[in-house]
Amino acid sequence: MTKIVFEEPDGTERALDLTDGQSIMEGAVRNGVVGIDADCGGACSCATCMVYVAEDWRVRLPAKDSSETAMLEFCPHVQENSRLSCQITVKPELEGLRLKVPPSQQ
Amino acid sequence: MPPLIIVGAGQAAAQLVASLAQDGYSGPVTLLGDEPHLPYQRPPLSKKYLAGELALDRLYVKPAAFYEKAGVDLRLGTRVERIDRPGKAVILADGTALPYSTLVLATGSRPRRLALPGSELDGVFYLRTVADVDAIRGRFADARSLVVVGGGYIGLELAAVATKHGLQVTVLEQVPRLMARGVGPVVSAFYESLHRSEGVRLVTGAKVLGFEGKDRVTAVVAEDGVHPADLAVVGVGALPNVELAAAAGLKVENGIVVDAECRTDDPAIYAIGDCTKQVHALTGQPLRLESVHNALEQGRVAAAAICGRPPPTLQVPWFWSDQYDVKLQMVGLSQGHDQAVVRGDPGSGRSFAVFYLREGQLIAVDAVNRAPEFMLSKQLIADRARPDPAKLADERVAVKDLRS
Repeated sequence: MTKIVFEEPDGTERALDLTDGQSIMEGAVRNGVVGIDADCGGACSCATCMVYVAEDWRVRLPAKDSSETAMLEFCPHVQENSRLSCQITVKPELEGLRLKVPPSQQ
Repeated sequence: MPPLIIVGAGQAAAQLVASLAQDGYSGPVTLLGDEPHLPYQRPPLSKKYLAGELALDRLYVKPAAFYEKAGVDLRLGTRVERIDRPGKAVILADGTALPYSTLVLATGSRPRRLALPGSELDGVFYLRTVADVDAIRGRFADARSLVVVGGGYIGLELAAVATKHGLQVTVLEQVPRLMARGVGPVVSAFYESLHRSEGVRLVTGAKVLGFEGKDRVTAVVAEDGVHPADLAVVGVGALPNVELAAAAGLKVENGIVVDAECRTDDPAIYAIGDCTKQVHALTGQPLRLESVHNALEQGRVAAAAICGRPPPTLQVPWFWSDQYDVKLQMVGLSQGHDQAVVRGDPGSGRSFAVFYLREGQLIAVDAVNRAPEFMLSKQLIADRARPDPAKLADERVAVKDLRS
């Protein structure tokens, strides 16, 4: 288990222990993190699990692959520090990772 | 107060439960499902779950604890026999009557079955449920040949997985092109050559006559010949599960007819997901959509209506299909288009998009390994944009400059 900290759209902060080897999106959905819709269930097809990564964590995450980059390019509310949480696998090196959920995925 | 009862435990139902909780619904909720599983995602069934890359517990939309925490009385493996509208109760198979305050029908759809000689033979499968896929995958090990009847999304996704698994796959499609209900001819032609290049035998315009075999299927007989089959899977469309609604006298027309808030013609009964028919906001035409997007959206819409909240902003319908390393993403409804503009070369490589316009307005896009075009088009279609067709076709114009 690895601790990941989510800031929900209303400012609520939730520190959750997520299962290693699964995606951050799956962990967030299991724990009912508000604002992560994940409509396609992790197929990198919908871009409704977008999160903002805390500055100090951006370079420490594995790089985006081409499909994630392509989905994010025209994702609503996208920023420099946006990632799709379905494309990041939970692992011990991510202990303490801080993510902010956008106000809407639409 | 009697509970809100949801009949059917698929993705629409799970979304409804989640949205009710988010919208502050405080009454009791009972969720009845005839399968033995928690609500699960169906799209991976013909993709990663079939390929053995995703375990069952990762298909679940929410863990069991979620329903407990939400106070949902979850009854799996439970079939509803009928609805007693005057008594406001559902009657279970064992005769138990469960009273409801509000009823939501989320009964989904089922595979259309073939009634042909031999279609009841062992080894002839349909693909809709976890149990179906477990059975199909169980036969993969000692099967060499698979015949897929039907060249729609499910049949073709199955063909891709089985081919990767080493089976010799034959796809028999009745109409002249693949995925004809979902995509345009350019995209169909691309998928035909894609599957051929991966080693699939493909027959379009095929007429299946029956299945051969003594105890178990050994071949599929079609007008063009006999196709050996250690295993056959039929994917020829789905039928909405409307029988409960119809027997209860609700309005049914190839789908349970619902209004914009997903209410049936009985104000105490809603319906959501594959089983519904609703006038679509984009086209003004009644439509029955079989898709995850529609199931989730109607779950959200019904929850808002039940809670007396304003409806959520509707999204343009979208769909996807994964076959081999090719991601097909579709957005909008292309029916009635008068112009199709191709961006990229479908004849070389595995990446292009087709834009469908009606009187200059963008109404739909089929994107093949073209996520930027898909994502931008979602916005353009919602905005009723009128992009310049010459720019759409010109790869030298960046995607971000396609807005007008």
